[in-house]
Amino acid sequence: MSTTTTTREQLSRRDQPSRRTLEKGPSGWLAAPALAFFMLFAILPLLGVLFLSFTRWDGLGEIKLDGLSSWNTVLADPVTGNALLVTAKIMFFSFIVQAPISLLLGVFTAASQKYRAALAVLYFVPLLLSSAAVAIAFKALLDPNFGLGPGLGLPFLAQDWLGNSDLVLFVVVFVIAWQFVPFHTLIYQGGVRQIPTSLYEAAQIDGAGRIQQFFNITLPQLKYTMITSSTLMVVGSLAYFDLIFVLTAGGPGYSTRLLPLHMYLTGFKANDMGAASALGVILVVIGLALALFLQRLGGKNRNASQLEGA
Amino acid sequence: MKNLKLRTAGMAVSAAALSIALAACGSSGPAGTGASADSATMWGLTGGDQPVFQASVDSWNKAHPDSAIKLDFFANDAYKTKVRTAVGAGQGPTLVYGWGGGVLKSYVDAGQVDDLTGFLKENPDVQSRYLPSILESGVIDGKTYALPNNKVQPVVLYYNKEVFDKIGAEAPKTWDELMALVPKFKEAGVAPFSLGGQSKWPDLMWLEYLVDRIGGPEVFANIAANKPDAWSDPAVIEALTKIQELVDAGGFINGFSSIAADSNADQALLYTGKAAMILQGSWIYQGMKKDAADFVSSGKLGYTPFPTVEGGKGDPANVVGNPSNFWSVSSKATEEQKKTALEYVKAGMFNDENVQGLIDSGAVPVVTGIEDKLAASPDKDFLTYVYGMAKDAPDFTLSWDQALTPAQGDAMLANLDQIFLKKITPEQFASTMNATIGK
Repeated sequence: MSTTTTTREQLSRRDQPSRRTLEKGPSGWLAAPALAFFMLFAILPLLGVLFLSFTRWDGLGEIKLDGLSSWNTVLADPVTGNALLVTAKIMFFSFIVQAPISLLLGVFTAASQKYRAALAVLYFVPLLLSSAAVAIAFKALLDPNFGLGPGLGLPFLAQDWLGNSDLVLFVVVFVIAWQFVPFHTLIYQGGVRQIPTSLYEAAQIDGAGRIQQFFNITLPQLKYTMITSSTLMVVGSLAYFDLIFVLTAGGPGYSTRLLPLHMYLTGFKANDMGAASALGVILVVIGLALALFLQRLGGKNRNASQLEGA
Repeated sequence: MKNLKLRTAGMAVSAAALSIALAACGSSGPAGTGASADSATMWGLTGGDQPVFQASVDSWNKAHPDSAIKLDFFANDAYKTKVRTAVGAGQGPTLVYGWGGGVLKSYVDAGQVDDLTGFLKENPDVQSRYLPSILESGVIDGKTYALPNNKVQPVVLYYNKEVFDKIGAEAPKTWDELMALVPKFKEAGVAPFSLGGQSKWPDLMWLEYLVDRIGGPEVFANIAANKPDAWSDPAVIEALTKIQELVDAGGFINGFSSIAADSNADQALLYTGKAAMILQGSWIYQGMKKDAADFVSSGKLGYTPFPTVEGGKGDPANVVGNPSNFWSVSSKATEEQKKTALEYVKAGMFNDENVQGLIDSGAVPVVTGIEDKLAASPDKDFLTYVYGMAKDAPDFTLSWDQALTPAQGDAMLANLDQIFLKKITPEQFASTMNATIGK
């Protein structure tokens, strides 16, 4: 396979692929290994979960086929509705908080001054920490009796952040933002750096100010970056688990028990694998629907180059 | 630019080190000497007993290099999930650490643990070393499936004597006295009770004791026996009402529902004087002995039985908690592993060294004839108190979340959490729980 042994003939053939090859694209067999792995690790377990959702199983004894009884349990349980609502709230607020901050930070760090590079490093530090570490740190900082507030003697910070049902959702959204804003900032930074400088030069000649440039060049040019980042944010909210599990364990009460956590607790605390599998299926369906919807929003040609004619 | 790169690298390295250090907290200790892939395995809990189990297994492995045991430790709440999943998948440890009760019964029903009745018959000295009432918790349908492995664990009402002296109060003997103390402590700027509400099971101790004091042990016996509408017993409703009255009065510390008991934050509130009292298992004495040695050794830690409730039927000497923890032997283990495990139970566990280790850690081993050893301990006041409490109790009710099936236990803890948060009424609790009977 070494390139040094390629003959001239082969080289010229490679340089001028026939029209047919170009039209057909690379051989479909190239996708075989990926497909095999996808079948083994995604499709098969998914079918397994679908099967389990029609059974009753406590995780220890035998698996009993039981028709729709697990589905009935899940759909009749008010906690499931609440978990959906909590998931929707966290998704909505995470998006509202993270999207503008990461957009602005991304635009800010895209420029090439040294001080911005230094600040960018600071902004990206949370990205290096594991979710569990972030959760443990925030749990300690927000403790109403031993945390930051009482420690520094600041009564405002000595709130019952994680024990107050009305407040805790927003604290969770804040911690999620703290951890994931750097990631989305990175995406936006890359997006901004892709915008050709000639566009800005032209705008400057026409007398456009910084704010006009931002709204008329940067924002429209970032359309696809925004869709990518939003898809990750929204679909990612369906997967928040470790952070919230360590931070609040879904509490107090059910106030931060979102769908993935509800699935885990149903399966591994209440030992009802059938109901947990039904919840898993619901989660997959919602995730797929959301991803498809956001893809639609981006239009069909979103993968085409934006640099043509620049 | 070079400077910047250096700084970036430094920051990345320190951040990575931080996350690795945090991650490392969760891993287990090094494997015992001579332990190999097919040697017997044992899973225990982190915390008070960890060094005692470690020392016991280490000395066993030293004396029996051919039948070594591999020991791993896990945090309480995480362990309960992990062990069940592992046992269900046939990957459980040879010696399964447990609490007896409904959870043990689910292992027995699934054929996952061995019947040890024959082993006890062959080894009468193993049988005779335990207090008979404690051996009872490992018996399902007349057969023994689990043997006690550590200490008696009644739930005790602890108090901070220093804080009590400050306001000139005495330990409460009745529920009315307890309620009367609440405003006094609040006025003095101290929370009356600490509570690890995020872990949910500490909430349960309040319900267990109140139901026992009001209605006696029969009330829970009916629930455990799956009698219809057993949760609607007036004693349960009254107990839940009393809990909500205490919450209303501000009895529990600010933020109690976000405090996790696994991290020992609830006991820290007691010995730092931020809270005056805590209702917790006898095992937190080991933690406080280690984390707040001065507080314990200078006699500032007080303990008393749970108060009586006026007009209640329960004997004030009744106790709730865990009679002990237990070893069961996995039926999926190899013959060799089972043999090692049972040999260890016979000779490695509760030998003089192990018994002394438990006593030194601040715990009461579940064996007979240890009065002299307890009396010789620096913790003799607490240890003899706990020993007497467990031995003289007319009734020792196993923690309800362990006595019930896992599905019922989980529903109970989730709904009890809602009671403490005042999201549901006692009547709603009873009707939700009645629907779980038989599940």
